Amino acid sequence: MFRRDIWQEIFLTIRKNKLRTILSGFTVSLGILIFVGLVGMTNGLQNTFEYFFSQDATNVLYVFPGRTSIPYKGYKSLRRIEFENSDIADIKKDFPMFMEYISPRIFRSALVKYKEESNNYTTIGVDWGQQFAEKTIMMKGRYINQEDVKNRAKHAVIGRLVEQDLFGTKNSMGKYIDVGGSVYKVVGVFQDDGGDNEERQLYIPYTTRQLVEKNTDKIDQIVIGFKEELGYTGAMAFERNLTKYLKDKKFISPDDENGFFVRNVADQLKQNQDFAGVLAIIAALVAFGTIIAGIIGISNIMVYVVKERTKEIGIRKAIGATPRAVISTILLESIFITTISGFLGMLIGMGLLSTLGDKLMDDYFILNPGIGTGLAISATLVLILFGSIAGYVPAKRAAKIKPIEALKDE
Amino acid sequence: MIEIKDLHKSYKMGSNTLHVLKGINFSVKEGELVAIMGSSGSGKSTLLNILGMLDVADEGEYILDGIPIKNLNETKAANYRNKFLGFIFQSFNLINYKTALENVALPLYYQRMPRKERQAKALNYLEQVGLKEWSHHLPSELSGGQKQRVAVARAMVAEPKVLLADELTGALDSTTSYEVMDLIQKINDQGNTILVVTHEDDIAHMCKRIVYLKDGVIIKDEKVKQVRAQEYV
Repeated sequence: MFRRDIWQEIFLTIRKNKLRTILSGFTVSLGILIFVGLVGMTNGLQNTFEYFFSQDATNVLYVFPGRTSIPYKGYKSLRRIEFENSDIADIKKDFPMFMEYISPRIFRSALVKYKEESNNYTTIGVDWGQQFAEKTIMMKGRYINQEDVKNRAKHAVIGRLVEQDLFGTKNSMGKYIDVGGSVYKVVGVFQDDGGDNEERQLYIPYTTRQLVEKNTDKIDQIVIGFKEELGYTGAMAFERNLTKYLKDKKFISPDDENGFFVRNVADQLKQNQDFAGVLAIIAALVAFGTIIAGIIGISNIMVYVVKERTKEIGIRKAIGATPRAVISTILLESIFITTISGFLGMLIGMGLLSTLGDKLMDDYFILNPGIGTGLAISATLVLILFGSIAGYVPAKRAAKIKPIEALKDE
Repeated sequence: MIEIKDLHKSYKMGSNTLHVLKGINFSVKEGELVAIMGSSGSGKSTLLNILGMLDVADEGEYILDGIPIKNLNETKAANYRNKFLGFIFQSFNLINYKTALENVALPLYYQRMPRKERQAKALNYLEQVGLKEWSHHLPSELSGGQKQRVAVARAMVAEPKVLLADELTGALDSTTSYEVMDLIQKINDQGNTILVVTHEDDIAHMCKRIVYLKDGVIIKDEKVKQVRAQEYV
């Protein structure tokens, strides 16, 4: 099998039958190329899902106020629901086993000034827990802390781009900025992977925001971080309990879906993971089909090649080729062609994928498409293996034909 | 050299059985040049194929150089063909993508002779058939006579005990036929045993003995005075 002579014979055959070689090699290359491309794209799609959900924590519930749609307990419908500080305190008191942190979020747009520079930004009144919900990364200083909230301190944490806009290259730490007419001290600068918009925001203690607004105790939204060990079912149970609790507390009909809204990130993540999973299964089926099609393609070519060479096989047998010699020559030739072209197709596919990077991100939601080297090599080996089996069967049959019959073949 | 006793062969054609060889007895001594003559359907090609181990007989004995040829598996038959027999076909049967030299060297490849050695030997035989200058040409670049001479060289290269030629001049014009027969006679002069199947009288008379076959039996087996092909070239 590893005699140099055999290989010289095979290389000669390959060289002298270029069209046949190129055709069968092309089929194999194309099969692997499509397989690698398909799997790579699917992986890219899954990368996008992961990317979207990695920016924020996934063990988070957001509660947004709404308007009731069903009259209940003497209240008319279309009543606007508002959350207050007491709601936060009550949730804290009644759900300690589920919760890690809770924070209100009060969104206000404000003109922010520092010396000559000014711009409009979104300010968010928060408690310390918001940092974890948003996965905010501190570049300098610190986040809003419990002391700030308790003392209604005029402290602000500004986004990286806010600092860039207002301070240029200068350091903002400890400087005083004007936010909507009140002066705040910058205690921290943050960055966020969520994009430029999220880095053009300022965080201030929600109590300070309330103080500025005539000492109100209203809050816009509530962010609740629940314990990760709850898992998906725990999170869903927590969501149900909390919904019931708040409907009760705010006198909203149990059937009213519009009093307030709960966004459960864990649930969304689960749904998206399920979707990505289904997608992966479909892609796997298609990829499997591609491999099967590739195998059938090679089989057809091998049958054709052997048929075409029937007379040659007859001549070789007449001058003394043993069946073994006939089979091994045909088989080694087919293995050689499938191996070279298979790995060529694999490398081209992987090369193409690696040049894509995030180019397809905006239009097709495909990020860093790629395929595991192990999987690509396995698929190529499977194709080679089945290609060989596909070649073996007709080769064996050809070797069995009586030379006298093979010689008659024109 | 060749010993045949009561050889039978029949082919199944659908429901009919065609009895092609009906008890052939004959023998060939070393150094003989025998023509097997007969019209088409007389069984002469079948006989040659059995002698060449390309086909197997239903009944009878076949002894080649003292070795009984029976119950051969494919591998053994291939080895015997390679070592004992050289074939020359009517349609040349050269491998079209190999050069003359590579075609001639092929039987030696199957004997696992090293490449350099077999090429030197093949070139030597090409020289003997007068085609040394054409060694690197493909069959498509050769004339019919040249192709047949390459085939003769290929049949000779493994130094077989018997050379079997099936209508070797069938595809050639008469001048070329005589050239090839001249070559065959010269090879025979060196002491090689050769069997020629033909239906052409003049070709048969260039051999030393003619065996007439009709309807699967030998009807005449006679020694003849050899006509030298040289006279016509």
